[in-house]
Amino acid sequence: MDGVALQVCTLWWRELVRFRRQRSVIVGSLVQPLIFWVLIGWGFRASFKPSGMPVGIDYVQYFYPGVIMLVLLFTAIFATIATVDDRRQGFLQGVLVAPVARATVVAGQALGGTTLALLQGCVFLVLAPLAGVQLGAPAIAASIGVMIVIAFAFNCIGLLIAWRIESTRGFHLIMNSILVPIWFLSGAFFPAAGAPLWLRWVMRVNPLTYGMAALRRALYLDQPHVLGALPGAAPSLAISLAFAAIAMWLATRVARHSRVIST
Amino acid sequence: MSALSASGAPLAVRTMESSAESAIEVTDLGFSYADRQALDAISFTIARGEIFGFLGPNGGGKSTLFRLLSTLVPVQSGVARILGFDLRSPSHALRRKLGVVFQNPSLDGKLRVAENLAIHGNLYGLRGARLRERAQAVLRRLDVAERAGDLAETLSGGLRRRVELAKALLHEPELLLLDEPSTGLDPAARRDFFNLLSRLRETDGATIVLTTHYMEEAERCDRIAVLDQGRLVALAQPTELKQRVGGDVMVINSAAPQALAQKIAQRLGVRAALVDGTLRIERPRGHELVAQLVDEFGGEIESITFGRPTLEDVFVHLTGHRFVAGRDESAREAR
Repeated sequence: MDGVALQVCTLWWRELVRFRRQRSVIVGSLVQPLIFWVLIGWGFRASFKPSGMPVGIDYVQYFYPGVIMLVLLFTAIFATIATVDDRRQGFLQGVLVAPVARATVVAGQALGGTTLALLQGCVFLVLAPLAGVQLGAPAIAASIGVMIVIAFAFNCIGLLIAWRIESTRGFHLIMNSILVPIWFLSGAFFPAAGAPLWLRWVMRVNPLTYGMAALRRALYLDQPHVLGALPGAAPSLAISLAFAAIAMWLATRVARHSRVIST
Repeated sequence: MSALSASGAPLAVRTMESSAESAIEVTDLGFSYADRQALDAISFTIARGEIFGFLGPNGGGKSTLFRLLSTLVPVQSGVARILGFDLRSPSHALRRKLGVVFQNPSLDGKLRVAENLAIHGNLYGLRGARLRERAQAVLRRLDVAERAGDLAETLSGGLRRRVELAKALLHEPELLLLDEPSTGLDPAARRDFFNLLSRLRETDGATIVLTTHYMEEAERCDRIAVLDQGRLVALAQPTELKQRVGGDVMVINSAAPQALAQKIAQRLGVRAALVDGTLRIERPRGHELVAQLVDEFGGEIESITFGRPTLEDVFVHLTGHRFVAGRDESAREAR
């Protein structure tokens, strides 16, 4: 293992250890989406049938991939928020004066957060039968692959903001006012097909729409008839990969120019 | 070589020689934040093996200087060479030779002491048996080996500072930079910590540069530089600085200091400086004057203290204001 790989590994490992020792964070990032799913999914199941929802599934089932997406998003937020305080009075001060490239730091952090989000996402994969989703081995493998790409993108966006902003309050504000609407308008909550034209355009330019489509296609690999009108598999995957790559590039750029917070 | 430079060798030769001998060479280093100048063209040289202290009130420019020297912020103006490297383009090769102890904790509280050291070591390229060996050596040396398995957040303030120092020493730096290393420590822990630094210099020959606002800490440095409002107002050995104050120091508290100063000047021909509401007189053979003052103005004097000059007196002597002044400065810096 050469120097840079060792540095990435050690930073990745740190994220995992930290997370494991913070039970409340683990539970929080799982319970919140679970509550959403139970309340909204089962609550709306009988009454809410958004127009454009594919025939043959109920709302619990429709919402299920969106909930997985939310788990990835929340875990990424929890994993990256520590960066804000860490720069001011914490571990990252030491990293900033160490012989480590910023790109290496970002890579270690992003891979750590991605691993955590993936693990949390897999907890929800286990709940698939509750949603009436049958997962064969190929569907599981495809879903994990898509989750990795999306989780990585979320973590890079989290880092991009965390390396720039100076307070955790600001971080929460930005994440909640940007990422949650992006999630909301990705087809996680309601399908684009039934939405008004202007909203359909917003959803069409939302990169997460394609991540959502890729995840939906992976989860319902064995039940393609319940997909409804969605972007195709190849463009969805391609756009998701591009989204992750751009997010990583931006996060690295911001981290490189980030100065230590003055106190 | 040193005889040659002392007798006035050509400049080129002298700079070459001094960069080989000195740990830090700074010329006209300046730094400004958006709204204020933090450092105003300061110059100094620190020799290898020296314990060098930057003394000054909060907002004096110490923290900015520390950030510059530890490569956290880029050089804006002036030249700085550390261990022969140009600070304007800080390289990993330079960073590998620096050990940095921050004022704020840089340990990850959720990690055990040993884990903190392991990650730090990995970042500096240490691993495997060599890493374990180094980690054990520094922890034992700083007397915290038995806490290796504890979470960093469970340690007391004093122990945490030791582990911070252990972490900074793990990769065997040539130059140790410490920003207010004893902030938050009680006086006994502060003395212990400084004893550790002294021993370190003796055993390793490391150069130690620290910032402090504790006078008793500054007194123990080989040389100190006094920073006030971004300017270097003095640089010398502590004893030498104290000699600059003219003899003994008397501080008089009075209800009407201004009027008293005038009377002292008229009747005794002695100048008393008004510093932040108190009168200060610097004079050799001060005890004789004290008796005179009490005789003449006993009714107007609330209290009078008399003593050999401390570094605090030096600071007042140099800057004309008290050391604790500059609260508003620190408030501005905190912004």
